[in-house]
Amino acid sequence: MKKLSKTTKSSLVTYGIVAAAYLFCEVLMRTGHMSSLLKGILVPVCIYAILAVSLNLTVGILGELSLGHAGFMCVGAFASAIFSKCMAEAIPVPLVRFILALLIGVACAGLCGVLIGIPVLRLRGDYLAIVTLAFGEIIKNLINAVYLGLDSNGFHISMKDALSLNMEEDGQIIIKGAQGITGTPSDSNFTIGVILVLLTLVIVIHLVHSRTGRAIMSIRDNRIAAESIGINITKYKMLAFSISASLAGAAGVLYAHNLATLTASSKNFGYNMSIMILVFVVLGGIGSIRGSMIAAVVLTLLPELLRFLNEYRMLIYAVVLIVTMILTWSPGAIELRERYSLAKLFHKKEKEVQ
Amino acid sequence: MSFVSYLLNGISLGSVYAIIALGYTMVYGIAKMLNFAHGDVIMIGSYVVFVAVNRTGLPVPVSILLSAAVCTILGVVIERVAYKPLRHASKLAVLITAIGVSYFLQNVALLIFGADTKAFSSVVSMKPIQLADGQLNISGETIVTVAACIVIMVCLMAFIKYSKAGHAMLAVSEDGGAAQLMGINVNGTIALTFAIGSALAAVAGVLLCSTYPSLTPYTGAMPGIKAFVAAVFGGIGSIPGAFIGGILLGVIEILGKAYISSQLADAIVFSVLIIVLVVKPTGLLGKQIQEKV
Amino acid sequence: MAVLEVKNLGISFGGLRAVDDFHLEIEKGQLYGLIGPNGAGKTTIFNMLTGVYKPTDGRILLDGEDITGKTNIEINKAGIARTFQNIRLFSELTVLDNVKAGLHNQKEYIYSTLTGILRLPRYHQAERAMDERALELLKVFGLDEEASYLASNLPYGKQRKLEIARALATNPKLLLLDEPAAGMNPNETQELMDTIRFVRDEFHMTILLIEHDMKLVAGICEKLTVLNFGQVLACGGTSEVLKDPKVITAYLGE
Repeated sequence: MKKLSKTTKSSLVTYGIVAAAYLFCEVLMRTGHMSSLLKGILVPVCIYAILAVSLNLTVGILGELSLGHAGFMCVGAFASAIFSKCMAEAIPVPLVRFILALLIGVACAGLCGVLIGIPVLRLRGDYLAIVTLAFGEIIKNLINAVYLGLDSNGFHISMKDALSLNMEEDGQIIIKGAQGITGTPSDSNFTIGVILVLLTLVIVIHLVHSRTGRAIMSIRDNRIAAESIGINITKYKMLAFSISASLAGAAGVLYAHNLATLTASSKNFGYNMSIMILVFVVLGGIGSIRGSMIAAVVLTLLPELLRFLNEYRMLIYAVVLIVTMILTWSPGAIELRERYSLAKLFHKKEKEVQ
Repeated sequence: MSFVSYLLNGISLGSVYAIIALGYTMVYGIAKMLNFAHGDVIMIGSYVVFVAVNRTGLPVPVSILLSAAVCTILGVVIERVAYKPLRHASKLAVLITAIGVSYFLQNVALLIFGADTKAFSSVVSMKPIQLADGQLNISGETIVTVAACIVIMVCLMAFIKYSKAGHAMLAVSEDGGAAQLMGINVNGTIALTFAIGSALAAVAGVLLCSTYPSLTPYTGAMPGIKAFVAAVFGGIGSIPGAFIGGILLGVIEILGKAYISSQLADAIVFSVLIIVLVVKPTGLLGKQIQEKV
Repeated sequence: MAVLEVKNLGISFGGLRAVDDFHLEIEKGQLYGLIGPNGAGKTTIFNMLTGVYKPTDGRILLDGEDITGKTNIEINKAGIARTFQNIRLFSELTVLDNVKAGLHNQKEYIYSTLTGILRLPRYHQAERAMDERALELLKVFGLDEEASYLASNLPYGKQRKLEIARALATNPKLLLLDEPAAGMNPNETQELMDTIRFVRDEFHMTILLIEHDMKLVAGICEKLTVLNFGQVLACGGTSEVLKDPKVITAYLGE
């Protein structure tokens, strides 16, 4: 058999970790060794892992900062929840319904990514960060203000209240303003979550190690040089950004189908959520797909297991962001690292890529 | 008459945005970074005044000075500890650090003061002015805020135009490397910029909380981001731009709240940002920056 | 027919006339030098030739095809590749991937994003072919041993070579080198001269280079154009041009 290349080996290890973790959890559950608290956060762990990997595509591979990932997640969640709620009776098989909902959620989030990307990706600097942040807030605002109903005449929409929907008596209210959507069928479970994590990993890892991925990373490393060898900057930025948005949408779909009630509050789809995902990415290593997945899992499980830390959790996140950046980038820290690193002993090895 | 009154409220809110936007625009112009934590310096400044006035009973002018001093020190310390080591790092790293600092300040405030809303008592003792037979009521806060904004703007422009430090700021914003070669203390100039911006943030915080008297650890975040929108709107790096952008944004927000939907006011403000970036990415008064190849 | 023909090319930035009435004609396989004091407008001309700047007036013909005002991507596809004065590599990519990025638009290696994600047979076939081609190019520059290094970990001289290899990967008709010997010691410069000559012979390449190192210019360029204050000061065979009193004055002063 042909020898596996280093990148293939590394991605197989990543998939293996996911599979092993899944089996471990299944065994714990089957043998009744898992607390209900832990059971409750299995799906959220998958959601965060997907979000972290998808954000790493924007931050680590494309080299741009998105602060609106929660917004894309929100779009995916609501688009798919509307679909599932409307189709709850028409499509009785949960799995089929979920797959369709997933496709719709992913498509809507991806579309939003394109719409946001068009004006912004032409610009340089910090604009993408601030515009994605603005986008997240706009989405949250809009969803909180919207009322949507369905009756035999089709959809009714209003920005005022449920009454002004003017529906027939048998009409069904789907989005009830700030109260959001209630009664979404809970079609997702841990197994589906793990499958989605794996899919996300495969998509991102394959993308990175392809012609497209090289183009995206070359733009990240040197925009001017990338143009000089004929790489279309806007096209590839857009591609990476919208794929990243779609994957965040997938996380949203999972989220919506895990809870009976879906609202757009600043807690679940706000700026804070976007920052938390960013913390996963930064701690896991910018550009390291496996790292961000592991960071997401550990940082979601840890506060649940160590409740006493909860009060300081956000503070610790903040310190993590600052300290990681300073340790990575400040000239003093770099010098220190070079002087005392083990890698110096294996000079030759350090030069090669893992 | 209600339109005029909304307009005045808008200008008042816009003046606060303008003062905050100044801090953003100066730092952006000189250190070429988006200081995400600026909005949270406002919040800290407001807490200082709150504690000084409501808890220790210090007179208002002293409290404001104290707050400005605390914010100035805070701004300089943030710059020294978190941003200075990253002067040559990637933009992404600086931005992430700035977000970290913003988050840090919010959570420190949360631990010290708790999440509950503090009722901030207005520092303005001026009586409202009644016009048009009492149909139009202009609050003292509005008058003081707008006046403060104009005074600050004029002083700052004069400072940059006529003082040596101001010239150094212009030089550093034009070309940091060249300024250094000409013997300008670049690090000192950047620190000074942070100091001025943060002192202004303290003033903005007091004015903001006098008009909207509820104070939480998150009070600064949203106005901070909106002020950045104002700075982009007016043209980032331009002081008159920050003023115009701030006022326009305040007016848009208040009128949007009054005539379109109070729930969508933020969405409207942020849509302005996206529209500006599509139509005129450099903002109203900004200038194009050409990248060297 | 000339590979590159430039006719009264000019550009103004605001009121400043950076380049004026510039002419150039390069034959296939020629090694052509563009020299001149600092600030004469040499890199500006490169930037116009590669579409980074849009010229205010004049025409640029590549193999008879008018490429004036096209974008830098279109111009690269049309057949001009370049290196940069301050090296611009994809520093976090491997040496091999730097060259593979250069192969991005070559027809025989193109496959869609979806093909890449699904790893269809075309993906494997194209990637294998790309690896072979890229290694071949790296071998020419003696970089094949370092193929798996990060580009940023290469020593300076090898980074310069990698940049040339990457440019060649785009299969250009004309190669522009912007101060290739900048920052090199005499030994490295000597080696670079051999490399440039080798590239010309091996790839039948036409090369236009900007250089300050007169030893290199005199050693390898067959023809020269001297630029001063944005205008052509002299043009012709290398040895004649370097003897021209006007040129000597421009370089050494009165």
